Amino acid sequence: MLLFEQLLNGLQYGMTLFLMAAGLTLVFGVMGLINLAHGSLYMIGAFACAVVTKATGNFWLGAAGSLAAAAMAGALIEMLVIRRLYSRDHLDQVLATFALILIFSEGARWLFGSFPLYLTLPPSLAGTVTLPGGLVYPVFRLGVIGLGIAIAAGLFWLMHNTRLGIRIRAGEADREMIGALGVDISILYTLVFALGAALAGLAGALVGAVQSVQVGMGEPVLILAFVVVVIGGIGSIGGALLSALLVGMTDSLGRALLPSLLAQVMPQASANTLGASLAAMSVYILMAAVLVWRPTGLFGARA
Amino acid sequence: MKTLSIMTLAATLAATTALAEPIKIGMITTLSGGGAGLGIDTRDGFDLALKLAGDKAADITVVTEDDQQKPDVAVQLADKMIQSENVDILTGIVWSNLAMAVVPAAVQQGKFYLSTNAAPSALAGPQCNKNYFSVSYQNDNFHEAAGQAATDTGYGKVFIMAPNYPAGQDSLAGFKRFYKGEVVSEVYTQVGQTDYAGEIAQIRDSGADAVFFFLPGGMGISFMKQYAGSGVTTPLIGPAFSFSQDILPAVGDAALGVRNTASWSPDLDNSANKTFVEEFRTAYDRLPSVYAAQGYDTANLILAAAEKADVADQDAFRDALKAAEFDSVRGKFSFGPNHHPIQDLYVREVVKDDEGTLTNHIVGTAMTDRGDAYAEECKM
Repeated sequence: MLLFEQLLNGLQYGMTLFLMAAGLTLVFGVMGLINLAHGSLYMIGAFACAVVTKATGNFWLGAAGSLAAAAMAGALIEMLVIRRLYSRDHLDQVLATFALILIFSEGARWLFGSFPLYLTLPPSLAGTVTLPGGLVYPVFRLGVIGLGIAIAAGLFWLMHNTRLGIRIRAGEADREMIGALGVDISILYTLVFALGAALAGLAGALVGAVQSVQVGMGEPVLILAFVVVVIGGIGSIGGALLSALLVGMTDSLGRALLPSLLAQVMPQASANTLGASLAAMSVYILMAAVLVWRPTGLFGARA
Repeated sequence: MKTLSIMTLAATLAATTALAEPIKIGMITTLSGGGAGLGIDTRDGFDLALKLAGDKAADITVVTEDDQQKPDVAVQLADKMIQSENVDILTGIVWSNLAMAVVPAAVQQGKFYLSTNAAPSALAGPQCNKNYFSVSYQNDNFHEAAGQAATDTGYGKVFIMAPNYPAGQDSLAGFKRFYKGEVVSEVYTQVGQTDYAGEIAQIRDSGADAVFFFLPGGMGISFMKQYAGSGVTTPLIGPAFSFSQDILPAVGDAALGVRNTASWSPDLDNSANKTFVEEFRTAYDRLPSVYAAQGYDTANLILAAAEKADVADQDAFRDALKAAEFDSVRGKFSFGPNHHPIQDLYVREVVKDDEGTLTNHIVGTAMTDRGDAYAEECKM
């Protein structure tokens, strides 16, 4: 029962990571751009959700607001800043997008202050449900899992069954050629960027609802999202999904199981502290192991 | 950088009144991020005491800086304050991992460090220093009181949880020192962790009578919110940090009725405390937390010492600090041999006051004249 609940927690955590990583991997794969400001878009989504929810009293409107605000912010920074960076090398991109992090963080601090904001979930989402087998689990977390699955399915459909998806994949394979074939590459890039931003914003809103909304909340998640992208293979949505779930499970199960496993071979007290420390590292150990085995990630095509 | 300076006023007064040497205080505390509430209360309590002191604080300058809850930033700020600002006293650090990074170096360079909050066991025991005073407590104290309270309540099995850093380890050690029942599970979380689904699953599975947890600042808020939504109903107990005034509005009614332990409470019955709570509400339009009370006491201790001795004469100033002749909002207060407090610890309960604000009130005394467990290891 405990293990099942931890698996659900891992699944839920993995789904939020996937929302974050999907946009990052698309932008990275299609445009060859390292976007450190992806975490800021996550933060923008969370703040937008908090503000809209507070103003309207409706969490669903808040979630919609987070999608819209993050997509708009994404499109805007793509047109104003990112567009000038495609032909530059990665170091310039890292510098420019790092500057964006500082601008967005200080901007949010200026607007909302340093105190974290807290969202209250509507009663319909705040309760618990009893799952088959008798496990009691929060409705909201179950909803996050469901939403994650729906969005993953939607993205697969988009990538494989629509003209836009074909263009994105073509852009990934050879961006000069699809430009030569008459596709307006700059609109395509803005669209992809806004799509990725919207997903990050939604992830921010979902996480902000159960945790807290604060300046700087995006950066720790950004690091994990990069880990997910690297493990999954750059540019691969399927890889991002698989690796997000892998990372989510490793983190949840590591934290739950490592201390008791270590207690088999050492005193309980040191097993607890060492287990907690190892659990914090487990995701990075996983990344190192995957990279040794497959240097381009699980689904990575390009070297 | 914010400088609270009354120096110009001091200059005009100095002509007429005989003043001691000016004192420069460096306050390093957390003013941004999830832990900002604690640092802001520390600073506001400290500043309030100086403001209320009026002319007596005229020759005191405070330099306040934000450590962002990051040890590396705190170390840089301390270096700057010691080397270029040339402060006499450092204070204000909320977090034990930051205190461990700053305090040993600061006292070795001949500065006084007065702790408004963090007081890790290492600094109370083997690494104690004559220039280091903890005005707050020793880290274990509130947790020891919680252990005692859990024993007194008759909880047979308890699930205990704290972040994996010095204060977290001190916390669980302190709880176990006075808890006589069975600890069914002992969990260390990550510092700054925001998702507690995994820990809540373990609590659900543990079959414990109560959960003891120490999660200061934003960590506690996240945990409490998620716990309330999880359907787990095991009663919670904890040190005051988990139910402090800075946390309660965000936690909401989920905190009602929860027991927690502290050396101070807004309803503690003494005249110094009445003045403090009243003036704090007037000045900042909110109720003070335990961090504000400790900041306020620290400033008053400095003021009392400055009246008796010159900060340049370190030995005399140290003796004046040690004497602790100030009106503490905690009632009786004195320093033990390792410069840590000897004080009473109370059990508080979260209630709604007449205006509907969540706050704490005292329901009992957990320990009387409690010092700390490390004094014997201190060779000063």
